[in-house]
Amino acid sequence: MLAPVVHILPLTTLRRERLLPVAGRVTARVDQKVAPLDVVAEAHFGQDHLLIDVARTLGIGSAAAQGLIQLKAGETVAKGQIIAQRIGLLPHILRAPSNGRVILIGSGRILMETGEETFELRAGLPGKVTRLIPDRGVEITFNGALIQGVWGNGQMGLGMLLSVVSAPEELLSINHVDVSLRGSILLAGHCNDSAALQAAGDLPVRGMILGSLSPALLPLANQLNYPLVVVDGFGLKPMDSTAYKLLTTNAKREVTLNAEPFDQQTGLRPEILIPLPVTQEPPLPREVVSFAPDQLVRLTRAPHAGAVGTLACLLPGLTSLPSGLRVAAAEVKLDSGEQIVIPLANLEVLG
Amino acid sequence: MVDAHSLLAVDVGTITTRAALFDVVEGHYRFIAFGHAPTTAAAPYRDISEGVHKAIENLQVITGRKFLGEGQYLIMPTSEGVGVDTFAATLSAGPAIKTAVVALLDDVSLESTKRLARSTYTRVVETIGLNDARKPEEQIDSLVRLCPDLVLIAGGTDGGASGSVQHLMEIVGLACYLLPAEKRPAILYAGNQSLVDEVRKSLDPLTSSLSVSSNLRPGIDTEDLQPSQHDLNNLFTQVRRGQMGGVDEINAWSGNTLMPTASAEGRIIRFLSQVYDSSKGILGVDLGASAATIAAAFSGELTLGVYPQLGLGEGLSDLLRYTSLEDILRWIPFEIPADAVRDYLYQKSIYPASLPATPEDLSIEQAVARQSLHVALELAGKDFPRKVGRAAVGLTPYFEPILAAGSVVTRAPTLGQALLILLDAIQPVGITTVILDQNNLLPALGAAASRNSLLPIQVLESGAFLGLATVVAPFVNAHLGTPILQARLVYPNGNDSRIEVKQGALEVMPLPAGQSGRLFLQPLDHADLGFGPDHKGADGIPVNGTALGLVIDARGRPLQLPKDANRRCEIIKKWAWALGG
Repeated sequence: MLAPVVHILPLTTLRRERLLPVAGRVTARVDQKVAPLDVVAEAHFGQDHLLIDVARTLGIGSAAAQGLIQLKAGETVAKGQIIAQRIGLLPHILRAPSNGRVILIGSGRILMETGEETFELRAGLPGKVTRLIPDRGVEITFNGALIQGVWGNGQMGLGMLLSVVSAPEELLSINHVDVSLRGSILLAGHCNDSAALQAAGDLPVRGMILGSLSPALLPLANQLNYPLVVVDGFGLKPMDSTAYKLLTTNAKREVTLNAEPFDQQTGLRPEILIPLPVTQEPPLPREVVSFAPDQLVRLTRAPHAGAVGTLACLLPGLTSLPSGLRVAAAEVKLDSGEQIVIPLANLEVLG
Repeated sequence: MVDAHSLLAVDVGTITTRAALFDVVEGHYRFIAFGHAPTTAAAPYRDISEGVHKAIENLQVITGRKFLGEGQYLIMPTSEGVGVDTFAATLSAGPAIKTAVVALLDDVSLESTKRLARSTYTRVVETIGLNDARKPEEQIDSLVRLCPDLVLIAGGTDGGASGSVQHLMEIVGLACYLLPAEKRPAILYAGNQSLVDEVRKSLDPLTSSLSVSSNLRPGIDTEDLQPSQHDLNNLFTQVRRGQMGGVDEINAWSGNTLMPTASAEGRIIRFLSQVYDSSKGILGVDLGASAATIAAAFSGELTLGVYPQLGLGEGLSDLLRYTSLEDILRWIPFEIPADAVRDYLYQKSIYPASLPATPEDLSIEQAVARQSLHVALELAGKDFPRKVGRAAVGLTPYFEPILAAGSVVTRAPTLGQALLILLDAIQPVGITTVILDQNNLLPALGAAASRNSLLPIQVLESGAFLGLATVVAPFVNAHLGTPILQARLVYPNGNDSRIEVKQGALEVMPLPAGQSGRLFLQPLDHADLGFGPDHKGADGIPVNGTALGLVIDARGRPLQLPKDANRRCEIIKKWAWALGG
């Protein structure tokens, strides 16, 4: 049976395309080393538009208005510039209400783009530019440790990783947050304390990694001024041992948090990236696997949500669960040594 | 007797892809077997064909019959015992389609267009109408920012208003012009037909796919959604082609008849409503990961409501926007902190395929299912025709039968649990039969119905669906414990079983599948069984046996649960025991 895979890897290679939303200019070059916040491409486009109805304003038909318009598509317009005028006993001059660029003219109307801003595309991950995609962006290759999460608040940051707890199940409280943590990325087990999240923002920290989060804190988590990545899920559960071990062994290293919201359709998910030196490029992560014995698996649902174990064997046919459901299942040997039966639907392969 | 034409029908759900085989046995169409596999619409595959191939391979193992040739192509038609004669496909996997609804008057074309949007897997992200106070450029910017996958445009009676519709078209057209070509939406126009040429000329170059349908509101008092629903199904396929791979292949196998699962379910419910000529409505409910679907047909008139926000998958994290934790908690037969249910909703939204392993987790899942289905039926009920029969305002209309699908119901550990979920959520009134679509056959039959009208009828009558219970649910204004009904069930051998039912009770009179009997009902205290409050009762209604027999649900309509938590938990357990646990 096909298995979902989540990447928690001590050393891997990632190749990611970073693309502008519209055509623009690629500013990076091949082989350039980039940090996550480096700009690799940029595009200019207006955020807002104006639809100027010349015909209605001048009180004339659209064909007549069309002939009075003194602009062309693509032309840059300054605020106050004459855009159309009617000459006669009662002359009427129509001026541009703001700076902008003419997008389209037709039927006596002008569509203008205003509020032009420069969109800067950031690298998003540390690594090396390995390919340019003309007018659109770049491909970046990363080598290092990768930990994928299940929830992110949409922000990005990098800083030194510091664990503020001594065990993966330990709760983050406001007492953990002190000034020595300013500018770092915090690692903790679970958080159900809004004051702790806010205090971290007040320092400020550069990011936070949690095993789990109380869903009641999601509105606050979405408003934080730093990236937050949740590794395992919601409700009181410890961070899975594999992720916790990998993160704590990389404490005091610089890590990148890309707290991208999880999109199950596209596979985009929040990620923690720890660049590491390599002599030989490590393999790319495996995206497609089938369940098989000896795989490292994570349990996603009660009563052992977040626990990690080894898939001992796939059980034949259907197995009855304590809930009464009969499902495809496997025996899993947990880190604690306990061997339990788990539905395959509640497992994901770590790899 | 029919010519031998086998049908392979595939339904691509959010979690599971199922392949069902129908063939002719002794001159009649029969459901033979189904195979299944995990759906591969989402990452890392993003291609439904992988899951479809694996589901068909699973079916090959089960039936010993080969359907796929070298290179995974479908062998069609049947030749020398391999392959299949016809193929049908339905699809519900994928995110809800971001949709903008653009029409004229709020209570007229805009409402009809929203109803059209609700007939498939959409999420309305923008609504633009004549009464919209925003400037045109603000409407344009909103469309550009939201970047919908689909725009539905309607408005104006045929030969009526055109200037206002042209204005709306211009807004949509300009927004499309501003979007990069690869992000332009599909557009369905179903407004004033005198503008059709102009619509084609102005919008066709600016859209990924344009479909022009007949006016969904040809007159101010007339609504006709059926033609535009058909065109919307085609656009649904177009949009999905851009979101996931494999759609072209599966659509080609089906002779370009791939359709949304909900539309296929709606089609079969309408079909049954026409064929069986019931004075009551026919109700189909499907509670899946992608959506809660309600299909109700009254004398051939279908109301189809698809609610992705109430599905039991990824959308669960948003469920609390449509209902409250308290309304979910009330169905759980033990004390549990509200936060535990909230945790469940969010965790399940990350892992929509996960299953409840413990009794406690199962109770939460079934409580959420009850509430989601209940809310979906309430929402759909707003679109039911006003003339439908019901015992009182606000109650569920009379339906016969009720067909239920969705694994939370059909795969419930016991049939009693399945029935109780449905009774609590739907709260039927009168006399009805509850049928389970255990093999998820409704979409297949709906997809096949247009090409082979005999197949659905013969399969439905073949026992491929599970008759769960015959339900009698009186409506009466009486105190708890008051006798409200006397029932006598006479078996074919002349023996009978009698019961006096009190308000608040849930009673079962066994009548196993394969047996039949006659039911005599004597309402008391003006209880209404669907015949009116002062009707004498029903003498000798023929009833067929079902898995759970005759279930008399006298718990009251609408169902009120005790406010005291201990009493509530006790009574929910008691109801579960009454239906066998």
